[in-house]
Amino acid sequence: MFEAILLTVMTAATPLVIAAMGELVAERSGVLNLGVEGMMIMGAVCAFATAHMTGSPYLGVLAGIGGGALFSLLFGFLTLTLVTNQVATGLALTILGLGVSGQLGESFVGLAGTKLQPIVFPVLSDIPFIGRVLFAQDLIFYLSIALIIGVNWFLFKSRTGLKMRAIGDNHGSAHALGINVVRTRYLAVLFGGACAGLAGAQLSLVYTPQWVENMSAGRGWIALALVVFASWRPWRILAGGYLFGAVTIGQLHAQAFGVGIPSQFLSALPYAATIVVLVIISHNRRTTLINTPASLGKPFVPDR
Amino acid sequence: MKKLIIALAASAAVLGGMSGAAQAQEKSKVCFIYVGPKTDGGWTQAHDIGRMALEKAMGDKIETAFLENVPEGPDAERAIERMARSNCAMIYTTSFGFMDATVKVAAKFPKVKFEHATGFKAAENVATYNSRFYEGRYIQGQIAAKMSKKGLAGYIASFPIPEVVMGINAFELGAKSVNPDFKIKVVWANTWADPGKEADAAKALVDQGVDILTQHTDTTAPIQVAAERGIMAFGQASDMIAAGPKTQLTAIVDTWGPYYIKRTKAMLDGTWKSEQIWDGLKDGILTMAPYTNMPDDVKAMAEETEAKIKSGELHPFTGPINKQDGSEWLKAGEKAEDGTLLGMNFYVEGVDDQLPK
Repeated sequence: MFEAILLTVMTAATPLVIAAMGELVAERSGVLNLGVEGMMIMGAVCAFATAHMTGSPYLGVLAGIGGGALFSLLFGFLTLTLVTNQVATGLALTILGLGVSGQLGESFVGLAGTKLQPIVFPVLSDIPFIGRVLFAQDLIFYLSIALIIGVNWFLFKSRTGLKMRAIGDNHGSAHALGINVVRTRYLAVLFGGACAGLAGAQLSLVYTPQWVENMSAGRGWIALALVVFASWRPWRILAGGYLFGAVTIGQLHAQAFGVGIPSQFLSALPYAATIVVLVIISHNRRTTLINTPASLGKPFVPDR
Repeated sequence: MKKLIIALAASAAVLGGMSGAAQAQEKSKVCFIYVGPKTDGGWTQAHDIGRMALEKAMGDKIETAFLENVPEGPDAERAIERMARSNCAMIYTTSFGFMDATVKVAAKFPKVKFEHATGFKAAENVATYNSRFYEGRYIQGQIAAKMSKKGLAGYIASFPIPEVVMGINAFELGAKSVNPDFKIKVVWANTWADPGKEADAAKALVDQGVDILTQHTDTTAPIQVAAERGIMAFGQASDMIAAGPKTQLTAIVDTWGPYYIKRTKAMLDGTWKSEQIWDGLKDGILTMAPYTNMPDDVKAMAEETEAKIKSGELHPFTGPINKQDGSEWLKAGEKAEDGTLLGMNFYVEGVDDQLPK
């Protein structure tokens, strides 16, 4: 029973963790992209369509990543090259993504999807309990873990990561030091888009192998909140994502079990839990400030 | 820059908001307001299939137009008014939340005929129409009781409104008519369409031991979960057999086409009048998807019940029925009144859940 719940939680948390990871990198470079929801849904529709037409869910995963990345390029061009307002552009990206994906996906509604099958590690998956939970998952789950390790290493152990954080903290100084701010930010935005697209692919290939308009249902926004929740630290995103997933699934189980608590209250629980943790985390203002990229959301125009 | 953003927002609005509409002078225009995308695979799609049936049947006399993704609330009023101004002779507003807006706009356009789905406010030029979905759910309950080995079904519900509560009760009553000890577990997803959440709810119910699933939410995610876990399930609003060829037992299929044709004809020949219509299986506004994946005797029972409901011999809400707390609701032989059903806010005996208030 516990194992079953855990498996459900993992499926629910994986897209949140992946999308939040991408957004974390973008925000660490100083770009606030509110278009996660739009990029995610574009990834979902591209992944589903490709998997359906080619019969290969792996090509679908690639298409999801590509779709999200391509869509984020539009955001990059607008905010980095044309220096538009990041908040407004991000919101527009979400609205546009929901609309375009609906149009693209129109002929795919109601079709049976292709599920991404789990990759089972022999021997390891035979370990009682953790075997099935950790070593008999689909590709995207393994990628989510690899992403956390990779991003954590990149940000805090690599030279490029250090430069990128410098840009996020003070793009003027970084520019003066000769770091190419715009190019780095383009790459960070692209990475964010690719991650959101991968998260979308998880939705339409693993979570629920089907295409439904607006199927991301606000998960992009939760991913955005997770970044703040994690105070821009990769491992905390894992914790936050799984906490959110656990409370979401837990409340459904509580309902099915017949706990005498009103379901509206239970449904609000994941959000309430998020707020509580947020309050606890932001209790220490100083550490919060240290972690927040100082030039987040600010436009950058190189000196001529 | 500003221009670009405006252009972006505008293109988004065009893509997300509206499509359809054509021009021709002599034909009467029949318009539809949808709450969701016309390809939602459930509720709105069923209405759109009805619209296309109407166009096919009467395309020489009428043309149709529609607005999709119209939010309930103040925006609805503007959308409906825009339709009324664009020479629509008849407007179908297809969601409960359009009720007040429909009545308000109708007062300004006395010559236009309005039809509002699932509401209860009518006027001189506003009729209401609804479908007796509970008849189908009663049949599903009977099938569930025959097919379930554990006598326990999972019910994924959307919002605690009378329509949904009525469905849960009908399902339970149908099941109890076959197996008096039958129980259902209810999970409220608090959404109409979020495949992820619906799948999670389905998984939670299966993990807690139900061996049959039914849903009052719109996507096929629960059926997919049922298929994966090897249990049976029912479809909702549309025939969902594609999502579970070996899983779906039957589905309640909303069939609005014949109704739209009938009412539009009445509008054209001048016999239309405001009515409050609540049709069911016998009128064809509601049909059952083929009974599949079940033994012949269960199928025969389902068909017999369907026939009895159609002929009027059987009303699912016929006493004796007790409320959840054991108090008497209907005496033996007494039939529930439509008004009580449309405002239903209590469970019948046997439902294993606490109704959210």
